[in-house]
Amino acid sequence: MSEVKFSKEHEWIKLEGEVATIGITKHATEMLGDIVFAELPEKGSSVKKDGTAGVVESTKAASDVYTPVSGEVIDINQSIVDDPAKINEDPEGTAWFFKLKMQDMSEMDSLMNKEEYDNFAKESGS
Amino acid sequence: MEIKKTSLYQLHQDSKAKFVEFAGYQMPIQYPEGIVEEHKFTRSHSGIFDVSHMGQLFIYGENDLIEDLEKIFPLDLKNLKTNHSKYSFLMNDEAGIYDDLIITKIETGFMIILNAACKENDFKILSNLLNNKYKMVLDEKKSLVAIQGPKSAQILSAVVNDIDNLNFMSGDWFLFQENKIYITRSGYTGEDGFEVSIINEFAEEFTRELIRKGAKLIGLGARDTLRLEAGLCLYGHELDKNKTPVEANLKWAISKERVSKGNFIGSDIIIKQLNNGVDKIRVGIKPEGRIIAREKTKIFNQSDLHIGEITSGTFGPSVNGPVAMGYIENKFSKKNTKVFLEVRGKKHPANICGLPFYKKSYVKGASK
Repeated sequence: MSEVKFSKEHEWIKLEGEVATIGITKHATEMLGDIVFAELPEKGSSVKKDGTAGVVESTKAASDVYTPVSGEVIDINQSIVDDPAKINEDPEGTAWFFKLKMQDMSEMDSLMNKEEYDNFAKESGS
Repeated sequence: MEIKKTSLYQLHQDSKAKFVEFAGYQMPIQYPEGIVEEHKFTRSHSGIFDVSHMGQLFIYGENDLIEDLEKIFPLDLKNLKTNHSKYSFLMNDEAGIYDDLIITKIETGFMIILNAACKENDFKILSNLLNNKYKMVLDEKKSLVAIQGPKSAQILSAVVNDIDNLNFMSGDWFLFQENKIYITRSGYTGEDGFEVSIINEFAEEFTRELIRKGAKLIGLGARDTLRLEAGLCLYGHELDKNKTPVEANLKWAISKERVSKGNFIGSDIIIKQLNNGVDKIRVGIKPEGRIIAREKTKIFNQSDLHIGEITSGTFGPSVNGPVAMGYIENKFSKKNTKVFLEVRGKKHPANICGLPFYKKSYVKGASK
């Protein structure tokens, strides 16, 4: 069974073996509004836990996308770069951002589960 | 200071608006459909904008007033017919812009629509310049509702009689449920549309009527993308005290007749700049890819020289791509000049382009 966890920066992370798929949460897309631009990390690059790993922009402003865990970028979702509106349509499904090969599985421990994140999102407001 | 609310606040709330504080007012930035849908709806149908935060300044007077205002605005006000409007600016002695505005000749004097963030200061400046000689009212008892987009004339006609006769940049009195309202055919979206000045207590009912006839409320977010696509300036971004109308590429709004004689505030600088040219000028900028260059983005030329800065940049939903405006050294301002925009440390190619990004469709040949 795959495990889904959430970060305080409103990313979700789904772990299958040592491969983590990362995207932004529905709550994040609701706060951002219509997303019109997305930038992803380069395939083959390494990203560090809590470091920037991309950018999303709405008509109003740009926001950094952070990675909740460290690892090597093994795949990126080009379809959201070509059509950023997909991120608003299915943020926690087909509009994933990038896949990482994780280095330190213990980095998952500090992240929130679904219930914890929902409460966190409710409190942090919109 | 307490945040002010417009007379449509309840309606915005009922319509589930997301609010933002703007110039001391609680204003709707968007509604649940979002900025892109609101933008497209305005371009294809008809959008309603609450612009009641803007100043509605009335200055009452006759021929003396016209003469005195000509010392302030670079306009041929003597020949401005009653119910006709002009775009203009309030300037300092260096021709720096305190505010941009729409001035309309009315029977009893002039009505001037001012930016929300500037209106109090404009009032002080104008009172001083006019030596308190005329009655001036910054009218808080009236709301201002804009209706913009190709279906607006049809929708407004279903609520108010005879508006079809209005031409772009002209106005008149009409009746809404026995109440006199003043309507001008104008706006700031690049679409055909109207601005309606109406007593606060009837503004909500009037707006609900427009909604019943098929128009939708549109927030400040889409107002910004619409005006940017239309190549229109926003005060505090394209315009401020350190920029002149000539630098802002708005010389079309300066009366040639008035320039030939001078004698208005800032005229020395304006005449000098019209004759000798300017060092920097406002241009349209189109990034080549999808990258959005926001305000303060630096512009470089092909030899990596810093030659300007973006003043507004966003994604244009009708253009379906990024659009921007900015100031650039005049010698690089020619259309199709290749430039580079520094976004997040990387330089991205873009081209200087003509404005607007999106073609306007103003009505100039109405039957009157």
